[in-house]
Amino acid sequence: MATSLRSLLRSGKNAVFLVARRGFQRSAPAGVQVTVRDALNQAMDEELERDERVFLMGEEVAQYDGAYKVSRGLWKKYGDKRIIDTPISEMGFAGIAVGAAMAGLRPICEFMTFNFSMQAIDQVINSAAKTYYMSAGLQPVPIVFRGPNGASAGVAAQHSQCFAAWYAHCPGLKVVSPWNSEDAKGLLKSAIRDDNPVVFLENELMYGVPFEMSEDSQSKDFTIPIGKAKIERQGNHVTLVSHSRFVGHCLDAAAVLAKEGIECEVINLRTIRPMDVESIETSVMKTNHLVTVEGGWPQFGVGAEICARVMEGSAFNFLDAPVTRVTGVDIPMPYAKILEDHSLPQVKDIIFSVKKTLNV
Amino acid sequence: FGKMLTSITNVLRACVQKNVSLHLSLFSLQHGRKCDLHKLEEGPATQVVMTRDEGLQYYRVMQTMRRMELKADQLYKQKIIRGFCHLYDGQEACAVGIEASINLTDHLITAYRAHGYTYTRGGTVKEIMAELTGRRGGIAKGKGGSMHMYCKHFYGGNGIVGAQVPLGAGVALACKYQGNNELCVCLYGDGAANQGQIFETYNMAALWKLPVIFICENNRYGMGTSVERAAASTDYYKRGEFIPGLRVDGMDVLCVREAARFAADHCRSGKGPILMELQTYRYHGHSMSDPGVSYRTREEIQEVRSKSDPISMLKDRLLSNNMASVEELKEIDVEVRKEIEDAAQYATTDPEPPLEELCNHIFSNNPPLEVRGTNPWAKLKSVS
Repeated sequence: MATSLRSLLRSGKNAVFLVARRGFQRSAPAGVQVTVRDALNQAMDEELERDERVFLMGEEVAQYDGAYKVSRGLWKKYGDKRIIDTPISEMGFAGIAVGAAMAGLRPICEFMTFNFSMQAIDQVINSAAKTYYMSAGLQPVPIVFRGPNGASAGVAAQHSQCFAAWYAHCPGLKVVSPWNSEDAKGLLKSAIRDDNPVVFLENELMYGVPFEMSEDSQSKDFTIPIGKAKIERQGNHVTLVSHSRFVGHCLDAAAVLAKEGIECEVINLRTIRPMDVESIETSVMKTNHLVTVEGGWPQFGVGAEICARVMEGSAFNFLDAPVTRVTGVDIPMPYAKILEDHSLPQVKDIIFSVKKTLNV
Repeated sequence: FGKMLTSITNVLRACVQKNVSLHLSLFSLQHGRKCDLHKLEEGPATQVVMTRDEGLQYYRVMQTMRRMELKADQLYKQKIIRGFCHLYDGQEACAVGIEASINLTDHLITAYRAHGYTYTRGGTVKEIMAELTGRRGGIAKGKGGSMHMYCKHFYGGNGIVGAQVPLGAGVALACKYQGNNELCVCLYGDGAANQGQIFETYNMAALWKLPVIFICENNRYGMGTSVERAAASTDYYKRGEFIPGLRVDGMDVLCVREAARFAADHCRSGKGPILMELQTYRYHGHSMSDPGVSYRTREEIQEVRSKSDPISMLKDRLLSNNMASVEELKEIDVEVRKEIEDAAQYATTDPEPPLEELCNHIFSNNPPLEVRGTNPWAKLKSVS
């Protein structure tokens, strides 16, 4: 059953475009359209209801309903004790959240964007990520740090950075990067239930995008395992690996390439750390070609890690060409629209890269 | 009284030298509640002189800032300005009062509500607006946008809340180090006042007696959070603890000017930092994405507009003291309107930056380097 996907960005910042998608892995008999924002909201609502140790803290999360309205309605439902507005004190409240996690609660610490997490990164890495190890298993830190990551639209250099590579570099942290609504809901629930610190990287431009969600995903116990990638589209000629918003770009590129007889296999990483290298290797052993796509900068990035892992593993001998990385341009994000458009991978860049990799 | 006489004499002397009309007025500023002091024996002057020229200049500058922000509002709604846009209308007296008390050779840094300061620091309306619309004629060539505008002795325009405060103290350190008798005005909001890095900065600035004026523009709300919900103490002028502080009415340009003058004297006399809280108000929401009415009432906004608008207050002063006529002020309004229209015209027709600019300005004073584009075959060029 063909599923049509309408990407409608409610923020009104981007143009509306229509994408017809065929050959979905799983067809949903009784699906419903849910935006990524609502999926995240549902996940938090369900987990707050399920476990009274779960609480949410961050700037504007309570009375303002969330800077991006992700926590809409939660304060009204759960009150001051469970949904806490903080002052603009990232290092302070991140530390407070970690402390609360150490003492038995299960906080969700929201950063208004991950750019602001840099102010608190010591607490994320040194206090959250490393503690279970340093205490030899005595002290777990069951915390979720979540918020929008990466580029938005026109928010310039200080508000557009992707932190996937930074956080994924650190042992002790799990780093999750959902793409669609099902990812968002299932992975956030898993993150909250995980007894370890999880960095949950959302994307502001995806918040308003509706996706069809399966009937399964509407269950309150629906979770998606952390550490497992998903094949969004099957293909034989080239493997495209991506995470977050760029999964959509890959699928768009795949649709265009299919018309020219090039069948792409699109892998949605879902989790950056621990990375599902096995899924990538299995795919590469089938297609012999690999292109990674991300919004972050190239140096020491997600794509660079994938290249290294593939090279170190069994799939290397199956490659007919070097791995191609499609990444953000290696510059701070400019403001002017024409410059910004050229700072991030476009669908045409992916198509170009695939063809170069296939030497066609 | 002696000080007042001296300043009048100086003004008169200057007027005679410049052949301008002798028209000045003595204003008595309301004190008491309006100027609270912390660790200070005495505060700024409460009997002040404003000349006609000064009055007209303050009026023109504030009106220009007001109209510029309203035009930005318009252009944002037309989607010609994108991303973040934090407007300053309502707070004009702060920027104008501060600039009136310092020199262009002094330094200033603020956060993201920066268009007004970019103007008072020397940016033109044209280049500010062209930056907002992301064109090559913008003050940062279109690469910075609303929150990242710079000019001489003006260090932005900073997007990360609170980060500008240590930067400002650093600028002051450089001033002291270089012995140039300059100071740095370092601004932040009531929301930022709860940032740890500000307290770290207070400590070091006081310890090392840096010539920095910390100014908290308290507009009562940090995005959607009122001061009562964010701060255990809302006496922001006392938060510097060991740093002397004062709190003044930020809607009155003369109050701001006198307080800033007082603060500047304090700094330049080698006494170290001082902290000023300006009680002010923003008419717009936090940014253009915030309607600004979910956490405050329309009545409150309307009340401030009708009773405390900085431009109206100055206008009343000028008119009631016969320092200017209604027609004169109207003429200024017309001129300002035209300037803004021309600037908007420029800002909407100037072309976007050329693609060759994309990778430039990574490093300073550096040989050209190659920058990776979105794919390995895209080798882009970057020059300093």
